[in-house]
Amino acid sequence: MTQKGNSAKNPAGTGPPQASITRRAFLKRMGLLGGGIIVYGALGDVAALARAPREGYIGAGVPIDFNAFLRIGADSRVTCFVGKIEMGQGPITSFAQMAAEALDVSYESVDMVMGDTGRCPWDAGTWGSLSTRFYGIFVKEAAAEAKGVLKALAAERLLCPMSRLSTKNGIVFDRDRPMSRVSYGELTRGNIIERHLETLPPPKPTSEYTISGKPYLRRDAMDKVTGRAKFTADMRLPGMRYARILRPPAHGARRIRVDTSGAEQMKDVQVLREGDMVAVLHPDPDGAAAALERISADYDVPDTGINDETIFQHLLEHAPAPAVASEAGSLDSGESSSQSIIEETYLNSYVAHAPMEPHAALAAVEDGKAKIWASTQTPFGVQQQVAQALGLPAEKVRIIAPFVGGGFGGKSASAQAVEAALLARRAGSPVMVVWTREEEFFFDTFRPAAVVKIRSGLNGAGRISLWDYQVYFAGKRGCENFYDIPHHREAVYGEWRIAPGIHPFAVGPWRAPAANTNVFARDLHMNIMAAKAGIDPLAFRLHHLSDDRMRGVLEAAARQFGWTPAKTPSGRGYGISCGIDAETYVAAMAEVAVDRKSGGIEVKRVVCAQDMGEVVNPQGATLQMEGCITMGLGYALSEEVHFRNGRLLDVNFDTYAIPRFSSLPAIETVIVPNPSIGPKGGGEPAIVCMGGVLATAVYDATGAVVRQLPMTPERVKEALKQAG
Amino acid sequence: MTQTIQFTLNGSPVSIDVDEERTLLWVLRDDLSLTGAKFGCGEGLCGACTILLDGEAVPSCQLTAGYAAGKKITTIEGLEQDGRLHTVQKAFIKYDALQCGFCTPGMILRAVALLSANPEPSSDQILSAMDGNLCRCGAHVRIIQAVQTASEAMKGGRS
Ligand code: FES
Ligand code: FES
Repeated sequence: MTQKGNSAKNPAGTGPPQASITRRAFLKRMGLLGGGIIVYGALGDVAALARAPREGYIGAGVPIDFNAFLRIGADSRVTCFVGKIEMGQGPITSFAQMAAEALDVSYESVDMVMGDTGRCPWDAGTWGSLSTRFYGIFVKEAAAEAKGVLKALAAERLLCPMSRLSTKNGIVFDRDRPMSRVSYGELTRGNIIERHLETLPPPKPTSEYTISGKPYLRRDAMDKVTGRAKFTADMRLPGMRYARILRPPAHGARRIRVDTSGAEQMKDVQVLREGDMVAVLHPDPDGAAAALERISADYDVPDTGINDETIFQHLLEHAPAPAVASEAGSLDSGESSSQSIIEETYLNSYVAHAPMEPHAALAAVEDGKAKIWASTQTPFGVQQQVAQALGLPAEKVRIIAPFVGGGFGGKSASAQAVEAALLARRAGSPVMVVWTREEEFFFDTFRPAAVVKIRSGLNGAGRISLWDYQVYFAGKRGCENFYDIPHHREAVYGEWRIAPGIHPFAVGPWRAPAANTNVFARDLHMNIMAAKAGIDPLAFRLHHLSDDRMRGVLEAAARQFGWTPAKTPSGRGYGISCGIDAETYVAAMAEVAVDRKSGGIEVKRVVCAQDMGEVVNPQGATLQMEGCITMGLGYALSEEVHFRNGRLLDVNFDTYAIPRFSSLPAIETVIVPNPSIGPKGGGEPAIVCMGGVLATAVYDATGAVVRQLPMTPERVKEALKQAG
Repeated sequence: MTQTIQFTLNGSPVSIDVDEERTLLWVLRDDLSLTGAKFGCGEGLCGACTILLDGEAVPSCQLTAGYAAGKKITTIEGLEQDGRLHTVQKAFIKYDALQCGFCTPGMILRAVALLSANPEPSSDQILSAMDGNLCRCGAHVRIIQAVQTASEAMKGGRS
C-alpha cells in the first residue's frame, strides 16, 4: 500500500529471492522509479552482508543496499519501502518512526510504501512478530548509512570537516557556523551518487531518541475512520468481473458430476473451467452467486470417522517420531528423586483465524504480465505462486497488498490470488475473487488440534524434580523449559505445519503458533503441582525461577494485579500464566467467576505485563497487548471448529463464537522497560497466556481442572462434576 | 427487475436504475462507488456492512436495493460534514480505536446511531448496542473509550 506516497511508475518486479541486487540492475530499477534522487552508498556485498543480524530471520533475500529501503526526494521527503504488510499490527507507524529517527528527519516527512513486490525490497512475509525485531534493524541500518553518506556529501558542499557536522530535521549543518547548512533534498538533487562508507556509523544511542520510543497514534487512522482506506475488495478495474467458484461440500470430497448448463444460459454470466476449477463470472456479486446456484454437482464424500471428538485419538495414533526441544538431567533420575508423580493430558481444539476481511484478490493478466491486489501476509510468496501457476517469470508478476483486514497467520496462505490470476487470464478481463465467509472457514489454515501429556514429579521439599513434557501437533514454540528443573525433557511430536494424512483440512500458523497450546498446558499443570505442594502458585513459580526477565514480568503483573498468596483453590478465581514468545517475556493474571449451574465463565479482569526489550511505539505496543488479550478470550473460552468427515459445521459467526463487547473483562497492561536489548516481538506474546491464565483461574475458583480448550460451559460442568 | 430507485445518499438525492432485488451492500460498493461498508459475513452476523438507514444502524448485506427507495442512507463516507470529521470519528482517532480498520466504518456508524438515539449511554448500554459488531483485532477496549468520549463531547456541545 502507499501511504501519502508519490505515485511512481511500476518498475519491473524484484523477482525471486536473491542474495543481493546487482548494482547495475539496481540503478536501472531505481531509474525506472522516477522522481527522487539516489544516494548510492553501498559497501561491497561481502562487508555489507556481515552487518545485519540476519540469523533467525527467514530473509536471506533481503537486499543489503540501503537504497532499496529509502528514497530521498528533491523536496527532502523520505519514502520508506518495506516488503511487510499492514494488517493492523501497526508497522506503517513504527517503521516510519524508526526511519525518521535513524535518518534525523521529522516523522511527518516519511512516506511509507509497503507490501508491493514492484517497489519494495524482498521480504519473506509478515509474521512471527519479526517486523520490528529483524526487518526494523535493516531499515534502521539503511537509514543510518544513508545519513552517513549525506554527511559526507555535505562536508564537500559546505567545505567543512565531517566531525563538525550534525544532522537534524533533514538538514546537515556545521555546529560552529549554524548558518552553514544544506538540506538532504538539496544534497541529492539531480544526481545519482555512488558512495562507499568504510564503516557503518555507530547506532544512535537510545538516550538520544526523540521519535522512536514515543507514543504515536496510528498514521492510517484518518483513512480508516473515513472509509478512504482501500482494502483489496475495494479496488476497481474497468471491465472487472466477480468470480464465484464451485466448492466441494467437504474436504476429501471427489467430484463425480458437474452440470453448468443452467448457469450458461444466464445473462451476463461467463462459465469458466480452469483445470479442476469450475467458476462463474458476473459483473456483480449477486449475479455471480445466482449463477453458482444454477450449477449442479455430485460428490463422493468419504466416511473418515474423524470428527472433533475422535481427532485427539487419531492424532496420538499418527504421531511422528519426536524432536527434543530441550532437555537436562535424566528422566530416570527425576523419577527416582520424586516423592509424588502427577500425570495429566491436555487437549486443544482446532481454531480458526476468522479475520473480519475474507481473503480477496483482484487480478489483471495481459500481455504476459500480471498485476494482482491481494489480501495476503506474503506478497513475495504469492508472487512466486502466481508466476508458477501462470507460467510467467516472477518479474512479470506484481503483487500489491493494500491494507489487510486482519491476518493472524491466516493470510500466509493466499490461494485466492492464484484463483483470481488463473480466472483473469482465462476470461480475458480483470477478475475479483472475494471468499464468502463459508469459504473463509472452509479454506482456513486452522490452528491444529493438539494433545499435551505431562508427567511431573515433586520431591520432598516441594520442588519440581521431574518434567516429562510431550506435545503432539501443536509444535515446539513456547514449550522450552525456563524453570529451574534438574530433570526435564520437552519432546515435540509434529509441528503446526501441514502434515499430509493427519489433519482433515489445512492447518497453519495462528497468532503465536504452538505457544498458546504449550503455555496453557504448562501453566495449568504448574498450578496442579503448586496445589499438591500446598504453595501459592506465584511463589511456586518464583521458587523455580532464576531468570530475571521472567521474575520481572511476574512481579510486575503481581503488583498491578494486587496478588496475595493463597493455596489453590482459594475460591477467589485468580489465575496466573507466564511465557516467552518472540524473545518477549510475558506474564498474565486474571480474575474469573464461574457459574456452577450453567458452567459459564465470567472474566472480570486481566492484567498483563510484558518485557519486550526496546519499545519503538509504546502506544502501538499497548494496543497489540490489548488486542492479544481480547482475541485470546476466544480460544480459551468459546472458539472451536466442529467438523465431521471433512465437513465443517461452523461456517459463520453464528456458531463460531469470537469475542464480543459483552465478553470483555477489564484489561490492564504493563510494559516492563528494558531498552538496552533492542526491540523484541510485540504482536503475539500477550496472547500466549490467555488459555493458561483463565484455566488456572477457573481451577482456583472451583477446584475443577478443565483440561481442554476452549472451556465451554459443558466442559466446565463436566470438570466440576469430576472435582466433586 | 430493473427499476428506478430514488433515495437520499449522504445528504444528496440519487436515482439509479438497478435490479431492486440486488443486495444493497453491493449496489453501494459497486454501482455507487462507496466501498466504506465492508463485506464480512453476508449473513447479518458481523456488522462490517453497517449503514445508517433513516438514522438506524442496519446491516446492508441483509437489505435489497429496493428497500432503500425513499429512505435516507448514510455511509461512512457521508459522516464528514464540510470537511470536518464527526465527533465519533475524531474519538476513534484519538483513542486509536482501530487496528486493521476493517470493522471500523461499521463500528463508527453503529456508535453514531447509538449516540443519536441515546446521547448519554451507560457503559452497559454501549456494550449491548455495539455487541453485534465484531472486531477480530480486539480493539474493543479502545472503541468503548472512544464512544464514551464522543458522548461526553457531544453532550458538552463540543465536537
Ligand atoms: S457483512 Fe453484513 S453483517 Fe456481516
Ligand atoms: S480493527 Fe481489525 S477487525 Fe476491528
